[in-house]
Amino acid sequence: MLDAILSYEFLQNAFASGLIIGVIAPLLGVFIVVRRLSLIADALSHVTLAGIAGSLYLSQSVGALALLNPLYLGIASSVMGSMLIERLRSVYKHYEELAIPIILSAGIGFGAIFISLAEGFSSDLFGYLFGTVSAVSRQDLFIVAGIAVIVLAFIRIFFKELFVLSFDDEYARASGLPAKWIHFLFMIVTALVIAGSMRIVGILLVSSLMTIPVATAMRVAKSFKQTIWLSILFGEISVLTGLVAAFYFDLAPGGTIVVTSIAILLVILAYRKISLSKKRGAAA
Amino acid sequence: MAAPLINIKEVSYEYEQTKALDHISMTVEEGDFLAILGPNGSGKSTLLKIMLGLIRPSEGRVELFGIDSRQFKHREWIGYVSQKSNSFNSAFPATVQEVVAGGLAKKAGLFHKLPKNTSQQVEEALDAVGMKSFKNRSISELSGGQQQRVFIARALVAKPKVLILDEPTVGIDVQNVQAFYDMLAALNRERNITLVLVTHDVDTVTDRISHVACLNQTIHFHGFKDQLHMMSDEKREAWYGHSVRKIHHTEGSHTHA
Repeated sequence: MLDAILSYEFLQNAFASGLIIGVIAPLLGVFIVVRRLSLIADALSHVTLAGIAGSLYLSQSVGALALLNPLYLGIASSVMGSMLIERLRSVYKHYEELAIPIILSAGIGFGAIFISLAEGFSSDLFGYLFGTVSAVSRQDLFIVAGIAVIVLAFIRIFFKELFVLSFDDEYARASGLPAKWIHFLFMIVTALVIAGSMRIVGILLVSSLMTIPVATAMRVAKSFKQTIWLSILFGEISVLTGLVAAFYFDLAPGGTIVVTSIAILLVILAYRKISLSKKRGAAA
Repeated sequence: MAAPLINIKEVSYEYEQTKALDHISMTVEEGDFLAILGPNGSGKSTLLKIMLGLIRPSEGRVELFGIDSRQFKHREWIGYVSQKSNSFNSAFPATVQEVVAGGLAKKAGLFHKLPKNTSQQVEEALDAVGMKSFKNRSISELSGGQQQRVFIARALVAKPKVLILDEPTVGIDVQNVQAFYDMLAALNRERNITLVLVTHDVDTVTDRISHVACLNQTIHFHGFKDQLHMMSDEKREAWYGHSVRKIHHTEGSHTHA
């Protein structure tokens, strides 16, 4: 495997991007899960689909845009989607959750129109939906690396504020933290991570890489920081195992990554159950 | 004479065309232990939220430490403990130490890390509420009463001058309510922390407070708790909306609704 990675640039790009995504998706995912925003990640990934499909259609129909990387329009639509969700949440103050199905269905709706206009699925689009090992370009890798720099800087700068906001939103506002602005930036960074992760995991499965490793970590972690480190560890194991399996068995990496992360979750759940029943047995 | 720590001036608040507060004026002075009492829906929590700047009044204004609340920057001077179940995610994966350290976020300032002695400050705050030995425990493993003590430690860690508590004993079992109010009284007495409290525990809290405000959209009484018995039966009925019995204790005169 190592020989193949060293020999082929596309594998270097895929594994390097995977390693980066394995860190940033679960890292941001911890905050998404504890803030109960998991469905927002799903909505944004579907909005990204509209951007990607739109870009693929434009590259077919407008000659000047033939070489445009679809990631750019995917990122733009994801960020726009995050802002629209926030706008709708303020419009429907008593039904904030309505914003998610509205934006999610808008994303699928526009995506379906662009896919139809482009006359059906192309192999490119399949790669964006379920991830790809072979089509990750050096440019994609640089975009993912750029997003990672933004995410890591954001978390480092606002870690304490994000923690307080995630734990107790009302307390954060009462203590004078700029909760509204930090939440707004958080949504934009989330949109960036979703758009950046989809090249490897795919649009339809990107939210699972942000939530399943976190769900696994929460079963064993004893503190918030431990939850973060374990989520990253489980995320990295899932991405690397999933990419190797995808390469050898010629499968979509999104599928292999997500199935690996679910396997880890099941192992941890079984381990917890066994250790709990052992404890109960010892106590009885 | 120093300005009151909290000065509420002619504050009204309307929610969906219903008047929740009607021209409220009152002050909280340094060292006060004020209980805001009133029936459900009387606007108690709304008044606290206005004091904290969480919502803006429809009319009137609030001054904090002599400064208009909209311009007031030192939010760390005011600690806040909300109703336990209100906003906190009970399954949150964090230790007691991490939760209390969060109370220093505002004081440390944006773009700054928590201070190096955070651990020591957290221990001191936990010690003040009798929870030092729980610092490494998960917040979700604690009982309701223990969690509320941790939230008070989170408010205390930034060394506030005023502590505002919104029905802090909701969800705490009856046996622990007494001990909880004893702890608050000790904070008021020994650390000179001004306390503003919304509560329904009239029986338990009366012996510990210094001031009472009787609220039901408007202020029906505000003053020393010992003067509360001077409130006429008509005023008392107007405040609580139905007949209220006045019970005299042998050690003093307290009104219980």
